[in-house]
Amino acid sequence: MSNPTELQYTEDHEWVRMEADVATIGITTHATETLSDLVYIDLPAVGDDVTSGESFGEIESVKAVSDLNAPVSGEIVEINAELEDNLGDITSDPYGKGWMVKIRVSSPAEGLLDSAAYDAHVAASG
Amino acid sequence: MAAPADLRRTPLTGCHEAAAARLVDFAGFAMPVQYDGILDEARRVRAQAGLFDLCHMGRVRLVGDRREEAAQFLVHINVEKMKLGAIRYSFFAREDGTTMDDVLIYRDVDEIFFCINAGNRARDIEWMQSVADRFGCTLEDQSEELAMIAIQGPRSAETMTPLCSGSPAELKYYKFYRGTVCDVPAMISRTGYTGEDGYEIYFAADEAPRIWNAQLEAGKEFGVTPIGLAARDTLRLEAGMALYGHELNDTTNPVEAGIVFKPIKHTKDFSGRAAIEKMLADGPERTLVGFTTDSKRVPRQGYDLVTVDHTPVGKICSGSPSPTLGTNIGTAYVAVSHSSFNEELAMEIKGVRHPIKLHALPFYKRER
Repeated sequence: MSNPTELQYTEDHEWVRMEADVATIGITTHATETLSDLVYIDLPAVGDDVTSGESFGEIESVKAVSDLNAPVSGEIVEINAELEDNLGDITSDPYGKGWMVKIRVSSPAEGLLDSAAYDAHVAASG
Repeated sequence: MAAPADLRRTPLTGCHEAAAARLVDFAGFAMPVQYDGILDEARRVRAQAGLFDLCHMGRVRLVGDRREEAAQFLVHINVEKMKLGAIRYSFFAREDGTTMDDVLIYRDVDEIFFCINAGNRARDIEWMQSVADRFGCTLEDQSEELAMIAIQGPRSAETMTPLCSGSPAELKYYKFYRGTVCDVPAMISRTGYTGEDGYEIYFAADEAPRIWNAQLEAGKEFGVTPIGLAARDTLRLEAGMALYGHELNDTTNPVEAGIVFKPIKHTKDFSGRAAIEKMLADGPERTLVGFTTDSKRVPRQGYDLVTVDHTPVGKICSGSPSPTLGTNIGTAYVAVSHSSFNEELAMEIKGVRHPIKLHALPFYKRER
């Protein structure tokens, strides 16, 4: 599997698109395949502060509830409100219409993986 | 995906790997949790039929002159009254009436056969061995030498017929016969854990891949595919069937679980009898219920059921979206005082009430 090279990734299978000081966040194809059958998403409110490594929301599939972890710290400036009624977008277009939140980053991101490192991480975890 | 190396394999693990199923740890075995999509797989079993690897479950035979006395001490039903070729559902209870496992019992000419849960295999066999010893019987754990697969769904009989000796279509529900599948000696049982018509079959483990593939080939024209454990869980929940570790566990008893709901007529002794009869006489404090919810949140094991003022009166055992009902469903133990159908209960998730409606079990019953 090959993930978009222009994005950065977390080991927890979130992706980050940095544009100036705003990071767009979603989950990777691997995450959507692992979760499958999505039934619910809980996103934060615009204006909420989030901390890198901590939960900013939840995504629920038929079998489990998973935390969505913030890859960066900052303030939520936009959420994808369409997702609540269109969970299929996350599965069908995880790097496009499936984006979840935009965060105005308060400090430089640390510990993110480039696509090659993320591909290797996914391959190693099976 | 390849199965994690630290997990036990079944004779069919290679087939699941080849089919790119997702394999997860279930009771120490690498088991296929899903193939393509949980809800699609569940729908397919209701509409067509599906194939299940059940090799992780325990298969144990009890032999010896006093095997019926030994079996009688293990289960609550009247073993002597079972006809040859009959199957019954029961449980193993401790002296205090708590459930150690739920089981299927098969009465054959020269043996009593038990199918037990994967997660309880070791301790069940230890318990069964102690009872067998007391009656001078022999217990044979056949879990490794025998494979077990199920085919479930309305097209099961058509799929099985060309592969089997005898007439699987004529076999009555909860009966079995010994014959062949793909010319391999097999025990063919009209049972299942999905609420659909279907079969569970037992045969030599080394023939498992061949028979598995033959079933898929024979069922191709009817849309038969392999089905993972996640869909199996959804199907059994819709059918109101208990899963050990959820509706039953070391602290539950068969009265509150609804397995024993009227006085036991026979007079034979079995482990837990006195305690269970006392529970029946006194009435249980809590009872197993089904419920539906319009909430998008899926009921999960361990969530509290609460009253209007957030007082906990129950705990959820199982939950799933129900593709058949088109809503989320679950089971829970609820205080008997709060178990009437007009009770305004809710599941509580992070302090928020998500209203539920109690629903009679099962949620789904096929037309017969």
